[in-house]
Amino acid sequence: MKGRPENLSPDVEARPVILEIEGLTHYFDSLRAVHDFSVTIKEGELVGLIGPNGAGKTTVFNLITGVYRPTAGSIRYYGAQLVGLPSHEIVQMGIARTFQNIRLFANLTVLDNVLIAYHPHAGYGLGDAIFRTRRYREREKDMIERSQEFLEIFGLADRQNDIAGSLPYGLQRRLEIARALATQPRLLLLDEPAAGMNPQEIDQLMELIHFIRDRFQLTIFLVEHRMRLVMNICEWITVMDFGEIIARGKPEEVRNNPQVIEAYLGRQAIR
Amino acid sequence: MFRKFGINSSLSFWLVSLGIFVLVQVLISAGIINPYWQNIIFWGAAITMVSLGLNLIYGFNGQFSLGQFGFYAIGAYASADITYRWVRQDPSALVVVIFGSILALVFMFGVSAFLRRFYGVATLTKFLFHLLATVLGFFLAVRFINPAIGKSVYAALNALPSEVSQQIVFFLALVGGATLAGIVSYLFGIPVLELGSDYFGIATLGFTIIVKVLLDNTDTLLPFPEMKGARGMVGIPKWTTWPWVFICFMAVVLVMRNLLHSSLGRAILSVREDERAAELMGIDTASQKILAFVVGSVFAGLAGGIRAHDQAFLHPTMFGFLPSFNPLIIIVFGGLGSMTGTIITGFFWIFLLEGVLRLYLPEGFETWRFVVYPLVLLAMMLLRPQGLMGRYEIAFLRRPLPPLRVKKEMPVAVEPTPRAEEAVA
Repeated sequence: MKGRPENLSPDVEARPVILEIEGLTHYFDSLRAVHDFSVTIKEGELVGLIGPNGAGKTTVFNLITGVYRPTAGSIRYYGAQLVGLPSHEIVQMGIARTFQNIRLFANLTVLDNVLIAYHPHAGYGLGDAIFRTRRYREREKDMIERSQEFLEIFGLADRQNDIAGSLPYGLQRRLEIARALATQPRLLLLDEPAAGMNPQEIDQLMELIHFIRDRFQLTIFLVEHRMRLVMNICEWITVMDFGEIIARGKPEEVRNNPQVIEAYLGRQAIR
Repeated sequence: MFRKFGINSSLSFWLVSLGIFVLVQVLISAGIINPYWQNIIFWGAAITMVSLGLNLIYGFNGQFSLGQFGFYAIGAYASADITYRWVRQDPSALVVVIFGSILALVFMFGVSAFLRRFYGVATLTKFLFHLLATVLGFFLAVRFINPAIGKSVYAALNALPSEVSQQIVFFLALVGGATLAGIVSYLFGIPVLELGSDYFGIATLGFTIIVKVLLDNTDTLLPFPEMKGARGMVGIPKWTTWPWVFICFMAVVLVMRNLLHSSLGRAILSVREDERAAELMGIDTASQKILAFVVGSVFAGLAGGIRAHDQAFLHPTMFGFLPSFNPLIIIVFGGLGSMTGTIITGFFWIFLLEGVLRLYLPEGFETWRFVVYPLVLLAMMLLRPQGLMGRYEIAFLRRPLPPLRVKKEMPVAVEPTPRAEEAVA
């Protein structure tokens, strides 16, 4: 896409804004899910969005990826307006996401799951597929090789022909991240990646997140309510409650913010 | 069975297919397969082709369609009209269908390229533009192309030996019928596939009924007196031969197989698995649904042409409400998402219902067929709900599993997953 540098600039200050959300508001009928949400994310940052259940975090992700159309507000990706674009185009522009409750293509193989994410880059059409042209064979081989590389990176290489739904939970999470990365994103949205994980697995996940950010030069925006994960890896944190932003800042600032503690633990906790 | 001789699945598939082709041809030539059973075989092939198309739409893409008999009817009547008029020295249907389809496709291509430049075009607007393009294409074909070149096309084709020209016209009639079915399904699919799967099913059922009503009134509502409305169309040349059936059938099987084994096929499958997730992997799910629907309907249209020129008689009741459930029953019976299952069940279905049971049930008991098969169906759903074959495929039709990659040195290694992770599941 236009104006998008190939690699992250080494100068952190000079990095461009990758995602800029302003005044984002969304109503489900008369229920206010998100109100006046704003956030600015620079390239290469690792930003967390936290808040109690039902605060509207996942709705924000759904709005960014075009699943819902916001009632008001703007979402800009490298300056380009995303509101109104269909999801698949937003993803093709370079925004990938995972889901809170894993949504793999459960009856297909592990490799197929990754290959499907490559489909927009397949580079051949119906005619090539039907007549098995040389382009079909070359592109197909290339896609399979690149997908296998992904699986290798995520430690799934020897599982490539297993049915995705039969994988253990932790591996399904990994596969979902691998599949999201296969769409070749610049911005990765992780929706509660630690859901259902034990502390040891969370440690591994944190390593994995750091690793993929460096390896794929990604900007990561993650929703989570496991404090442990967020406080440890995020550089910036935004806290939501009842659809509104109640705090933002560095982890240590947020940790001591009375409003945040109130939202998480209830009013008594502050006294 | 061929593996021990070191013959791969592809070669053995071709050998078996060729064997079946030669065997049936010899038996037909020798008169061992009489016209009655020949009709059953051709009919079985046609129904199987429709069912394969439906399996692509429902079994592989997850869109519940009851409209396939509508497209079957369109293919049958269109190709029958082409040959009917041809043998009566009138090339107009041939010229109009072929050139009209080409023009309509070109215009539609232009329209969709034009509409792609705008974001958020409403579905109905899109539909109207495509409809206009189609109507314009066929209007030009009727009004200008046919009067201009109709006679010369007829003269040119008739200059060839009559056997050759007959085969060419038959081929063009089959292609024309299939293309027409494809164009109609595309137009119909634009607004309707936007609905969810169940609503799509209801809408396609409506489509079958509309087609049936139009066929009942071809001589009054539509300007086709030769189709004779509810009295049935007679006088269609009986041109379907075993080689034609075989070629068309194999073409359908191969196109479907190659499509499913490609990236497009995986995208089609992903829509069935989880439409939302597919959309968020960057897949344009709407166009995948249209693709599966159009390809499936082209298969139905082609089957219609085969059937029309085998039976040499078409009647609207052949495409009515009840028979339109046959392909659905066949694919559920054979296994949703299994080509092998559909092929076996499709032939078996016609063999049993129209062949064996009709012949061997005592006089006056043919009607019992329709008591027997719901019972079989019921037993099936109770005992084997995934269908006869489940998702099993013979080796040739199975999606290949790529071999594991030979490990090169890893750029950066991630810790291998410990067992603890599995305990959580």
